[in-house]
Amino acid sequence: MSAHIFRLAAFASGFLTIAVFVMMLVLGWPLFTSGQFFAILTGEWRPSNELFGIFPMLVGSALVSVLALCFSLPVSLGTAFVVATLAPRPLRRAVQLMVRFMAGIPTVIYGFVAIFLLVPFMREQLTGGSGLNILTASLVLALLIAPTMIVFFVSGLQNVEERYRLAVDALGGRPVQKLLYLQLPQAWPEITAGIIMGLGRAMGDTLISLMLAGNSVAAPQAAVDSGRTLTAHIALVIAADFDGMQFKSIFACGLILYVFTAIVVMLLRLIIGRSMCQV
Amino acid sequence: MMKCFGKSLMFGVLFLFIGGTANGGDLDAFAGRQGILKIAGGTAHIPVMKAAAEVIMSGNPEIRITIAGGGTGIGIKQVGEGIIDIGNAGRKATDEEVATHGLHMVKWAIDGVAVAVNPQNKVVALTSAQLQDIFAGKIATWKEIGGVDREINLYDRDAASGTREVFWEKALKKGEVAQKANVVVSNGAMKTAIAGDPYGIGYVSVGHIDSTVAPVVLDGVEPNLETVKSGAYKVSRGLFSLTKGEPVGLAKAFLDFLLTPTGQKIAIDKGFISVQ
Repeated sequence: MSAHIFRLAAFASGFLTIAVFVMMLVLGWPLFTSGQFFAILTGEWRPSNELFGIFPMLVGSALVSVLALCFSLPVSLGTAFVVATLAPRPLRRAVQLMVRFMAGIPTVIYGFVAIFLLVPFMREQLTGGSGLNILTASLVLALLIAPTMIVFFVSGLQNVEERYRLAVDALGGRPVQKLLYLQLPQAWPEITAGIIMGLGRAMGDTLISLMLAGNSVAAPQAAVDSGRTLTAHIALVIAADFDGMQFKSIFACGLILYVFTAIVVMLLRLIIGRSMCQV
Repeated sequence: MMKCFGKSLMFGVLFLFIGGTANGGDLDAFAGRQGILKIAGGTAHIPVMKAAAEVIMSGNPEIRITIAGGGTGIGIKQVGEGIIDIGNAGRKATDEEVATHGLHMVKWAIDGVAVAVNPQNKVVALTSAQLQDIFAGKIATWKEIGGVDREINLYDRDAASGTREVFWEKALKKGEVAQKANVVVSNGAMKTAIAGDPYGIGYVSVGHIDSTVAPVVLDGVEPNLETVKSGAYKVSRGLFSLTKGEPVGLAKAFLDFLLTPTGQKIAIDKGFISVQ
């Protein structure tokens, strides 16, 4: 009996995910049929001139999330090394606790603190301008996605089979050698999975970019330019008229985000699936 | 002993008196009522809404009033759909909006929209033409208008903002706003941004101006209560609250309260101009 209930719940949640996609497709359908979809994908955003392109937001989203990943990856990998093997045991536990704590801090706190600490610093010391730009947002996003990645990396590094590790020890390998030549290659699927999860989170986050990236609608030319992400754009435009073209165009944003997330999840499943086969 | 008694009596009478002027029967409509009143929309309205809700709720614990922002667009949209009881708008709802949702509008204060810069900024006066050029991106540094040699950081509001609508229409004369302008989502966020950015320029509701941001004299007129009231400062608008259909129950009591002397005094205290 209870198995039936669980199965029903599983089907229902699966169905909901598909239903959301179908709903967005239906609501965004006029854009496809009128042939405006590609104009929206490649154009610029000037509502007063009847131009509703989201190309600048596509660039913004891509820049913010990839930059965040670039900042976060080395730090996360290093932290994972420390937590998994390199540090003495008490320190490992302390760092691990810290990482878990970080994962629990609400996004808005990061944004809030950054507005008062990081933004003035960027404005006066590094980037000039208002201090609200893609670089600022991606730095904070890097901090936000680090715990997710670290947790993945650590579990990957620690799940290397005991007998392999003992073999390295028996051969007289140092911990660093063990890490680089045994654990890192063995943990590769989890590391890839962590990277994809991190990228997905960075792409999907709304608040950080809304608070810190500046939200300008010009297509960013450099990382120090103010820019707007797809998610922030949806948040900013959702209050516009229901009937207006502005409102309809955010379904294009939603669809693109949805498709991106779906691709990320599929990649994730593919990689985890393959790692299962290896074992 | 006697002195002490006299003093407390005096305070007692004073309190009665203050209490009397503050309420003056304006809160009678809420007596014995209960329920939840949901308010959302325009962010310029929030200080007044909060103060009014506090006064009402402290005397009538059975009434809960929730206040959210979101902007004029959200206010009109949500009240039209019946999600909230009262929607706030920083501009007059269009005929189309009123017709589609059968909205009822109450104007309870007048507000100006002031150009705001950081208090450190030496530029304290602008002409309309300069302002339009700044927002269009034609004037790009403060040096060109007598300030420091730094780029001007533009701050704009989101498309659904009533404050933006009024500013764009009356101060920018529907001129273009540079694509690279930063966008913030409320009057409060605008204030925070300008207060933190010595090279920023933006615009806020006159009611939101305090020591953290400096209003800019526009065409020789300083934006303040007197100039908005007299009509000398042109960039002004009404603050509206809307209901779906004729207001009833708590919503009606609340809107009526905003128009009572007590309600109007709250609006004045928060930096707006009474409609009476």
